[in-house]
Amino acid sequence: MIPIDYAIIADIITPGAKVLDLGCGDGDLLVLLKEKKKCRGTGIEIDSKAVVRCLERGVSVAQGNICGDLGVYEDLRFDYVILNESLQQVLNIEQALDEALRVGKRVIVGVPNFCQWKARWQVFFKGEMPVTKRLPFKWYNTPNLRFLSLKDFRDFCSAKDITIERTRYLANGKEVFAFSNLLADSGIFVLYRPTQHL
Amino acid sequence: MTIVETQYLTVANSPHELTLRSGARLGPVTIAYETYGKLNSAKSNAILIVHAFTGDAHAAFYHKGDEKPGWWDEMIGPGRPFDTDKYFVICSNVLGSCRGTTGPASIDPKTGKPYGLTFPVVTINDMVAVEKMLVDHLGIKKLLSVAGGSMGGMQAAAWTVLFPDMMHSAIIIAACHRHTAQQIAFHEVGRQAVMADPDWLGGDYYGKTIPKRGLAVARMVGHITYMSEASMEQKFGRRLAKKDVLGYNFSKEFEVEGYLEYRGQSFVERFDANSYLYLTKAMDYFDLTEGDRKLSEVFSHVAADILIISFTSDWLYPSYQSQAMVRAMKANDVEVSYVELTSDYGHDAFLVEMDEQSKAVSNYLAKVYRERAS
Repeated sequence: MIPIDYAIIADIITPGAKVLDLGCGDGDLLVLLKEKKKCRGTGIEIDSKAVVRCLERGVSVAQGNICGDLGVYEDLRFDYVILNESLQQVLNIEQALDEALRVGKRVIVGVPNFCQWKARWQVFFKGEMPVTKRLPFKWYNTPNLRFLSLKDFRDFCSAKDITIERTRYLANGKEVFAFSNLLADSGIFVLYRPTQHL
Repeated sequence: MTIVETQYLTVANSPHELTLRSGARLGPVTIAYETYGKLNSAKSNAILIVHAFTGDAHAAFYHKGDEKPGWWDEMIGPGRPFDTDKYFVICSNVLGSCRGTTGPASIDPKTGKPYGLTFPVVTINDMVAVEKMLVDHLGIKKLLSVAGGSMGGMQAAAWTVLFPDMMHSAIIIAACHRHTAQQIAFHEVGRQAVMADPDWLGGDYYGKTIPKRGLAVARMVGHITYMSEASMEQKFGRRLAKKDVLGYNFSKEFEVEGYLEYRGQSFVERFDANSYLYLTKAMDYFDLTEGDRKLSEVFSHVAADILIISFTSDWLYPSYQSQAMVRAMKANDVEVSYVELTSDYGHDAFLVEMDEQSKAVSNYLAKVYRERAS
């Protein structure tokens, strides 16, 4: 069973594209893109055990930091740079996105929505930091460093000269087509920076 | 128990002597090598294993009568990462060594006596040139992989630059693209220990007393650099060898002292002091940038798929050196994978830390074989 976010990303990406997956984990998405879309893919992952699992599955991955390791790539080297479920775990979001938008013709960002109605309900009525199926962590053990809503992310993009080319919103494994900031538990954005393409 | 034998090939016969990096000419050159597994009919499954400093051609299985297998036996064999049911594995002793391939202890045909210090200084690139002659002799046009750790990793890295079209992949473990001042410094201590031994006699000790003491001290220093503080603490701590109280004298009281002495003593029985000098020098000369080129430019012709592995506690060849190669290769669009494995064993980790290393290597090779060689 392919997770819906992977299916959507695979659907967005054109066949044969050159892909860089930042924070690629065990390499599931790269394997999918390689098999389904004949992509030339590579990844960056900080956890050595995950890197070994990537190698076990025949994916080329270099252990490293997604924030500081893109400097070696020339501009627009990749057709797609993917930051799926990894951007909120980065301290310097602006630097990470700037670099991704520099080396990628398109950047696909998948982020959780910390302001879905379920979370809002917990904050408002229970007075607690939200813990949901989609956001299972407690405040003291969450790997997330940044907490954002889908609206926050859209606002951020418009303030930073980033064009949102496409969006897909999800709730509970299904697509959502309206009131995304309230209903969706996550969003997938296809971005590019126009000034990078002049 | 599979029994293997070392084989010998002589190349660079007169007048086709090998021209070394230094400009000196050397020939004939005998290459000691072993092979395991079967070369397939397409000759597409050959892997060259390149050994570390004091290693040899005997990488796996057993020599007749031996209790211990080859030096990388855990990695090579049926069902192991370098799977001899699938691949044809070659390992040769490096030029300048004393384990079967021509080196300073070999007889110079011109004089009928051992070369000693008249042996020309060799480089990592010279070793690779000799390995290429062996690969040519075996009729292999393109290796599936060249793999090795430490000095073997340096050779593998040099292979990617010198013969980029002769390999589908390279596995470079616990290595670097050039020796640093600290690495040179440790080697120089070893060399000075050898040369300070009165038995060394300017390298002309063959048939006389070998410079045991100096070579043992050199090896002791080496061993310290191959371990980590944590592994020494774990293995020895401050434990005393034979007694419970301090003796207030200079006998070997601490376990670590006895261990170093044992490693030094056993080493002098199997390794030639002059080879120690030549091989450390070869590593010290190693610099793929040749002093002034950019590393990204050096790797600009690499066509192989590359796997680079380093270990967290390796302070002799620290991870940043591997990462520099990774970055330079990425800049050239080389398909490169890199992993820094967690280990307390220091530089020795590539010989002892098998679990994750095996997983990484075996599946990586399977991928390269599937995607590039078949």
